[in-house]
Amino acid sequence: MSNTANTQKKNGFLAGTANYVDERVGVGGILKEFGRKIFPDHWSFMLGEVALYSFLVLLLSGTFLTFFFQPSMTDVIYDGVYAPLKGAHMSIAYASSLDITFEVRGGLLMRQVHHWSALLFVAAAGLHMLRVFFTGAFRKPREINWVVGFVLFVLGMAAGFTGYSLPDDLLSGNGLRIIDGMIKGVPFIGTGISSLLFGGEFPGHAIVGRLYSLHIMLVPALILVFLAVHLFMLVIHKHTHYSGPGRKDTNVVGYPLMPVYVAKAGGFFFIVFGVIMLIATFFTINPIWNYGGYDPSPVSAGTQPDWYIGWLDGALRLAPTGIEFMIGDYTVSTNILLPLVVSLVFLALVAIYPFVENWVTGDKREHHVLDRPRNAPVRTAIGAAGVMFYAVLWAGASTDLIATNFKMSLNQVLVTMQISLIILPIVAFLVTKRVCLSLQRKDREIAIHGRESGRIVRLPHGEYIEVHEPLDPHDLYKLVDFKDYKPTLARPNAQGKITVAARLRSSLSKFYFEDRIAPATQTEIDEAAHHAHEIEAEVQKAIESSK
Amino acid sequence: MSDKSKEIAKQSGAYSDHEYDAGLRVIHEDAVANPGIEPHRVRMTDKSVKHEKNAVRQVAAFFTLSMLGSALALYAYFAFPISEDLTTVRLNTLYLGVGITLGLLGIGIGAVHWAKTLMPDNEVSEERHLTRGSDEKRAAAIEIINLANQESGFSRRKLIRRTLYGSLALFPLPGIILFADLGPSLGDKLRHTAWKQGTRLTKDPYGSPIKASEVTIGSVFHVIPEGLMPGEENYLEEKAKAAVLLVRVDPEILIETEERASWSYQGIVAYSKICTHVGCPVALYEQQTHHLLCPCHQSTFDLVDGCKVIFGPATRSLPQLPISVDAEGYLIAQSDFHEPVGPSFWDRSVQQ
Repeated sequence: MSNTANTQKKNGFLAGTANYVDERVGVGGILKEFGRKIFPDHWSFMLGEVALYSFLVLLLSGTFLTFFFQPSMTDVIYDGVYAPLKGAHMSIAYASSLDITFEVRGGLLMRQVHHWSALLFVAAAGLHMLRVFFTGAFRKPREINWVVGFVLFVLGMAAGFTGYSLPDDLLSGNGLRIIDGMIKGVPFIGTGISSLLFGGEFPGHAIVGRLYSLHIMLVPALILVFLAVHLFMLVIHKHTHYSGPGRKDTNVVGYPLMPVYVAKAGGFFFIVFGVIMLIATFFTINPIWNYGGYDPSPVSAGTQPDWYIGWLDGALRLAPTGIEFMIGDYTVSTNILLPLVVSLVFLALVAIYPFVENWVTGDKREHHVLDRPRNAPVRTAIGAAGVMFYAVLWAGASTDLIATNFKMSLNQVLVTMQISLIILPIVAFLVTKRVCLSLQRKDREIAIHGRESGRIVRLPHGEYIEVHEPLDPHDLYKLVDFKDYKPTLARPNAQGKITVAARLRSSLSKFYFEDRIAPATQTEIDEAAHHAHEIEAEVQKAIESSK
Repeated sequence: MSDKSKEIAKQSGAYSDHEYDAGLRVIHEDAVANPGIEPHRVRMTDKSVKHEKNAVRQVAAFFTLSMLGSALALYAYFAFPISEDLTTVRLNTLYLGVGITLGLLGIGIGAVHWAKTLMPDNEVSEERHLTRGSDEKRAAAIEIINLANQESGFSRRKLIRRTLYGSLALFPLPGIILFADLGPSLGDKLRHTAWKQGTRLTKDPYGSPIKASEVTIGSVFHVIPEGLMPGEENYLEEKAKAAVLLVRVDPEILIETEERASWSYQGIVAYSKICTHVGCPVALYEQQTHHLLCPCHQSTFDLVDGCKVIFGPATRSLPQLPISVDAEGYLIAQSDFHEPVGPSFWDRSVQQ
């Protein structure tokens, strides 16, 4: 149509391009649907973004590294520029890692960008998970997306570990040695699995190539797929928002995608990338040239795994002495199985938590307004206990460094950790729950009586009071808008029986909600205001009569 | 529910088109009413042209900084090449990194600043809809499934359905079995090492033999069997099993079982260096206490008492290598280890 041509001319290049694309891709409808989609604003919503962007940085820097890295364990004699290793036997993988570092311009920088962004990726994903947990963002309809996110976190650890093992230096080889030892400890199939993984005896000549396939293909492909599902569901559900004036479960309050979020989120990608680049420029990570290629014999005291593997290594260290035992001629390596089972159970509990809480509350409604952590005291306390459990395991991976740096007995440090692993989560639970309840009481107090004005008044009968001023309705609403649950009794079912499940649910509901603090209601606020008015009137009267 | 409580329920999150069970939730009829979105606060850039112009300049300055950074990175790539001198690696990394960092941060900070100061910051509310499809949509979906079922006869034709399940269950199995060739059966490889009767003990990694007379009390040697040379086929696999730690202690304090009395030579004992926990090299020797410590998980072994575990997650003692001396006075192995070395595995104690 000549009409179109005219508009094109009038509006120039941008409109022309838009028209071209729309006529071929139908992008107009997509933009109409999503262009002004509303996103709520809060700093804690950026944690997931950091994870997403560091994954993109991983893809970019990783692709660069694949062009130079050679995943082969064939033995060569090093003849590169790094003098201390000249003439040493090493694998091609290690030699090519050294070449990237010392002979490719920007190679060391890219290696460090890749490693730092991997550390950041897992950290940001973990913090994002904690944010989702502590604000109750996993509640209906987002339970499945929680599980998808959980899988992403595990995949992140898998990507990290497979990558850590590739340079085939002393540290990565030792990491694999530990994995091999753990696998061999699995009853029946351990040695078989170890042979399948390493292509025969440890270390063999296959493992680096195999981990490379997993690291650059399978694991990132899985991450991409789960990421796509994760974000797709985010669009379906629309983002949650914190409770506040105007926020409801039936709306979403924030700023439009275009232009505000395109600028903010797009800009934020560059900020995340820039910060990673800054760290990678100034801070060395994984100096693979220090210890040489892998050799099963040399010492490597005081070495630490990457942070996200620490909790698993700590679990291995904290196993009590001498718990391996024999059944007839067969060895049961409890010292490996126990940490393994504890870690897996911990992960499983994380994965299923939303379903447990939903079963207890029985609340089948959709929840789009986030909880402030204090308003779900038991959930917050459970989360704190879990964080503490993880933290003790994580610190457990550094028992030797703690002992040497603080001049303590290694044995005492380890035994302290073993005890802490049981005790500290319980302490964290109790303290967190009490703190939450106190904060709730404070909120309730302020909501009902208003804020302290600092004005002290003496009444005619001698009493001193501080005058409280009512809150602005917007501020007030933040304090009173939360969901309130109460415990239930175990009720008989249609057959007149009280099932075990009903009993369990009843006691769990008691565990969750018996100490509940109800939100201040309008009636309570009105009554308090009425009372305040009476006092105010009395004060005024006293002032009048004294004149 | 009364009309009022319905209204409150709606305000607190129930939808009009579908009623979900609220479970244990307490719906307060006299809950505080939602006052609606807070009034918009006007920014300086909204009301003052001067501030607006300033903000525009700042955003442009950040974008310009980015351009300069990228240019610096390009310059640095050529201006700071790397050579045999390792300080060039540092300079290359530094200037390239700083340039790229500025290039990225300039764009990022500029864009965010633009959004925060110059784009509208009025909060907008958008309706949400229930995630579930409407009743009509769900009915239509069920209709489609029923129709597909009817047309294919999926429920009706049991024979087809069951054979399909069977074939779907079996078809992945060949795919799985294909992976069996990833690794050979280890056979008895885990039970044997490169040590044989008469193999000389040599220093790791240079391979020079060790005379018993040069091992003074308290000294430690990291040992590999003679003839194990880097670059050979299976060098690392053999070394991962055969690595040994050699220590001489005062024979007086050595606690030896009768069976092993002849395994040491004048207070010189040789133990496998591969931890019985998960296989790290147990290479830290404390001379004063005669303890061997694994640096990975801190399993501690008492060298003078058969390398029994005294602390840490390991359970089994380190295997001992029986040694003696040959005619020239060099230390040799009497035999291989008498048990598999390294981490535990399920059938390690089964006699073959």
